[in-house]
Amino acid sequence: MSTQTVQKRRSGIMEVWHRLKKSPMAVVGLILIAVLFIMAIFANVIAPFTYSKQNLMHAFESPSSAYIFGTDEFGRDIFSRIVYGARISLQVGFIAVGISMFIGGFLGAVAGYYGGKIDNTLMRVMDILLSIPSILLAIAIAASLGPGLFNLMIAVGISAIPNYARIVRGSVLSIRGQEFVEAAKAVGSSDLRIIFKHIIPNCLAPIIVQATLGVATAILTAAGLSFIGLGIQPPIPEWGAMLSGGRSYIRDYPYMTLFPGLAIMITILALNFVGDGLRDALDPKLKR
Amino acid sequence: MNERELLLDIQDLTIHYETEAGRVRAVEHLYLELGYGETLGFVGETGAGKTTTALGIMRLIPSPPGAYKGGKIIFRGEDLLAKSEAEMRSIRGGRIAMIFQDPMTSLNPVMTVDRQIAEMISLHRDVNETEALEQAVRMLEVVGIRPERAKDYPHQFSGGMKQRVVIAIALACDPALLIADEPTTALDVTIQAQVLELMKDLKRQYNTSMIMITHDLGIVAEICDRVAIMYAGRVVEYADTKTLFERHVHPYTEGLFNSIPDLEEDRDELKTIMGLMPDPTNLPTGCSFHPRCPYAVESCSRETPAFVEIEPGHRVACPVRAAAEKNGKERAS
Repeated sequence: MSTQTVQKRRSGIMEVWHRLKKSPMAVVGLILIAVLFIMAIFANVIAPFTYSKQNLMHAFESPSSAYIFGTDEFGRDIFSRIVYGARISLQVGFIAVGISMFIGGFLGAVAGYYGGKIDNTLMRVMDILLSIPSILLAIAIAASLGPGLFNLMIAVGISAIPNYARIVRGSVLSIRGQEFVEAAKAVGSSDLRIIFKHIIPNCLAPIIVQATLGVATAILTAAGLSFIGLGIQPPIPEWGAMLSGGRSYIRDYPYMTLFPGLAIMITILALNFVGDGLRDALDPKLKR
Repeated sequence: MNERELLLDIQDLTIHYETEAGRVRAVEHLYLELGYGETLGFVGETGAGKTTTALGIMRLIPSPPGAYKGGKIIFRGEDLLAKSEAEMRSIRGGRIAMIFQDPMTSLNPVMTVDRQIAEMISLHRDVNETEALEQAVRMLEVVGIRPERAKDYPHQFSGGMKQRVVIAIALACDPALLIADEPTTALDVTIQAQVLELMKDLKRQYNTSMIMITHDLGIVAEICDRVAIMYAGRVVEYADTKTLFERHVHPYTEGLFNSIPDLEEDRDELKTIMGLMPDPTNLPTGCSFHPRCPYAVESCSRETPAFVEIEPGHRVACPVRAAAEKNGKERAS
């Protein structure tokens, strides 16, 4: 009996994991993300060269056994730079999403829970932010803060706040009216306690899905900002900046843009696979 | 009215909801008394204001649109309407606990049941988390749930079991007053009987006073000491259960009793109260019941009936019937 209950207790997360495993795309996505993480963590072991080592003798070399992705205009190994770039991209992706999830989630929860004027004020501000294309917003913020890794994260993070605020507000609205929230009030819980202990845990599923997909968007936005020179500054290897750098040589040396582009594409694809898989796995209606 | 000590004394309580459709007079000049250790049955149709009264006692009326328009809720000698929100938080759960109608939705689906009980305990008692969880498991045993199920989630329980968990939460801090809002409506009949039996036992064991909101007069007969009949936001008749079942006076109460089918009698149609509940945004003038009342006289549409005591502990808001009753008694003696 007791072992049975132990199994049952795990069922929440295990059940989701079980369903996630059934989706081949999600598994592929997870494996790719795992590879990316390994690349990022062990970049100094995996990369044959450092990201900034220049060797003008070997500039513009095509992919070969020594430089498997070739070299750029300064003779830097593109493969090494992509491996190190994974660090930057993952950092930017996850931290930016963290920023927007916490701020947006908190604002959305407050708006949804209290309703009325607070809701109206907060959501109209979010609407204003949403009315500006997010890339434009990120450009504006990045331009005013100046370039740099940290500012890039803030810019990308802020530009995505409204998405989270809306999603969290919607879920909170649907949960707020349920009887267990009233029951929690009836036992004397404070508002904050109700929001954090009763409401948020009940709307985690859409937040998790949005966050997973959001990491992809954040990486893409960050790459875009770096591409136009507002993000990471050379010589730090950012995939978007590498694309931008290779742009002038795209006719003669297409591999300079091909590989960073592929890296971005595969990462985004993997994250989207996982996000879609999670959405299906977390949807209780699809429970068989 | 008599010497019994009152735990709860509601005087002239009025609660309105301001909606776009107009002012909903959910509770109008409501009087209610509850002594220590007593069970009060609170009977009325859907929309009569029973739940609003219950939430009103807890100060959980959603505001806006709800608002207290007057009256007092004296609980243990203190007016709850004068309390601050922080004071109310310690009263809710600690002194007054509530059982909600639908056990399916009144438990948090993503929290194990022992944690939900422990939350109540740690909010009101000075205990650490382990102790709270231990007490929670003990409470589960009190309501007849095996301790090894403590770590289960609500969806792993049946409806009756969930209602037991809800009862365990409500009683965890030994409240002086338990408000049960139709606790058995969502359950099927056999489970209803079990849950009622359990509540009856626990009430005795914990010496808790209870307000039992229901529209089932059978439940009232079974467990209540006193009954308040509510119609359109007012208590129209208040008496101890025996008196009410034997000598109800108000025409609405009479209608309720007449509508209970009699097994002995061969009838094709139930005897019902004619008409429908009035629109709460547009209550009839005078006595709200007069358009449906077979005894109505001309003055009923003008004068709001006073809530008068016709015999010790028996109050009625119907001057016409009260007078008739008095005359009948005088003639009999």
